[in-house]
Amino acid sequence: MRTVFPVLTVIGVIVALWYAACIPMNSPWTIQQLERAGKTMTVTEHIADTWAQERPRLPAPHQVFQELWDTVVMKKITSKRSLVYHGWITLSATLLGFGIGTGLGILLAVGIVHSRAMDMSVMPWAIVSQTIPIIAIAPMIIVVLYSIGVQGLLPKAFISAYLSFFPVVVGMVKGLRSPDAMQLDLLRTYYASSAQGFWKLRLPASLPYLFASLKIGVAASLVGAIVGELPTGAVRGLGARLLAGSYYGQTVQIWSALFAAAILAAGLVALIGLIERITLRRMGMRT
Amino acid sequence: MSTIAVALVIWAAGWMVNVRLANSTVANTRPVKLLVPAIFGFTILVIWEVVVRGFGVPLVILPPPSMIAVRFADSLPTLWTDFVQTFVKGALSGYVMGCSAAVLVAIVVDRYDFLRRGLLPVGNFMAALPIVGTAPILVMWFGFDWQSKAAVVIIMVFFPVLVNTVAGLRDTSAMQRDLMRTYGASYWQTLFKLRLPAAMPFMFNGLKIAATLALVGAIVAEFFGSPTRGMGFRISTSVGQLALDMVWAEIVVAALAGSFFYGAIALLEKGVTFWHPSQRK
Repeated sequence: MRTVFPVLTVIGVIVALWYAACIPMNSPWTIQQLERAGKTMTVTEHIADTWAQERPRLPAPHQVFQELWDTVVMKKITSKRSLVYHGWITLSATLLGFGIGTGLGILLAVGIVHSRAMDMSVMPWAIVSQTIPIIAIAPMIIVVLYSIGVQGLLPKAFISAYLSFFPVVVGMVKGLRSPDAMQLDLLRTYYASSAQGFWKLRLPASLPYLFASLKIGVAASLVGAIVGELPTGAVRGLGARLLAGSYYGQTVQIWSALFAAAILAAGLVALIGLIERITLRRMGMRT
Repeated sequence: MSTIAVALVIWAAGWMVNVRLANSTVANTRPVKLLVPAIFGFTILVIWEVVVRGFGVPLVILPPPSMIAVRFADSLPTLWTDFVQTFVKGALSGYVMGCSAAVLVAIVVDRYDFLRRGLLPVGNFMAALPIVGTAPILVMWFGFDWQSKAAVVIIMVFFPVLVNTVAGLRDTSAMQRDLMRTYGASYWQTLFKLRLPAAMPFMFNGLKIAATLALVGAIVAEFFGSPTRGMGFRISTSVGQLALDMVWAEIVVAALAGSFFYGAIALLEKGVTFWHPSQRK
């Protein structure tokens, strides 16, 4: 209760500011239309018009939600105008890529922890790769894979995979190294083999770190899938909706695609948070 | 066949040197720590070159590194104008504006508990969203030039810096604040002498996250429309012309710019937060 009221207030203020911003943003168009028609309007009519334009510079919140409702609930999900259809295209690429990236990331992290040469060779590159905008190679991957005949889901999943790969490697290495000397010594006194040490100590200890990187990774995967849809020329998916909207000046469509992407991202992060809570509770790491 | 054999031999040689170095007694010295990843990177480059030339991989799929290096050296002026347009005008100006706005807002938010409880969950939520998707809207509002790119960067860096700075401003203990009160320090004196310095480690965390986001934002925003220069513009048009060596040259520029930017922030952090346990030797 202590946080619900302030959060609702902040959201209310944002919505109010949004409505207020619509008036100066959209009124030049209204004035232009009135001049052309040679009519005049009262102030209230004028304001109402700025909130109900066909192609406003800034659509009012209710227009965006109307569009979301129309394209999510009212359309059949197989229709090309349904946002669920486009969302699913993006989501499937995101999830496939996220799965591949996470799997390979965990494998590499295990290798790094067990081989000193691998650690010294690969780890600096993994860390540096976090500071560079790898997303810049997304258009190239799409076009190159297209030219050798691979298209559709896989190229986007590939971009999602490498965007989620490095956060998982870095987080997982940190996690696998998190058991302290005392715990490792205890296992040694039990005469545990290094495989047993891995399965019974290192892997469980790494889970909190893994989940933290998974949250970053899944958000990055979604961005990757959206950006991966741009160079193919706006065919399918949320990124395509963004691009098509910006080609044709359909601002309401851009905003609804943006909200759909935001809802998807929030849902994915919340889902991982839920799995994290359940897993850690069953392992007794958090009450 | 011979290409694969040569590649395997090079790989084995590079790997053997690294295994020797990593398990030797000098493994923990600084030169060796730099040498091992350098050998690894160099081995990859050589194998790339050998495989591309040996199998005759078409240039429109993967150009060899030597060709990328030649292209990089040949088109330095172009790369420089692209760098100025995207990094200096777009990313850097947006970064400075976004981060300073975030710090100022954080100080206000920290002062009013109501705002903190309301704005922080919203800020945390926003930090996880694909904000880069606002690029087409901002390009529509601010035009094709760097202003729209800076706007995307501002929104992208704002929330991570805000959330981290607010967390940092709360990092002083009651004892420390009480001490300031016994000194008769005003709110502003406490802020500047105790709480802002104490917030620095957190703030730099946010600034480092923002440094990588800034370049991503500026480049991706150019995919939605830009003047005829800029790294994102060059990448998307060169991909269209199948001039992949140019694309790779731009990627090298982006990688260098990204790591130097991050390195500069990390260096600044080292200077400002020298007192923090994580920076002590």
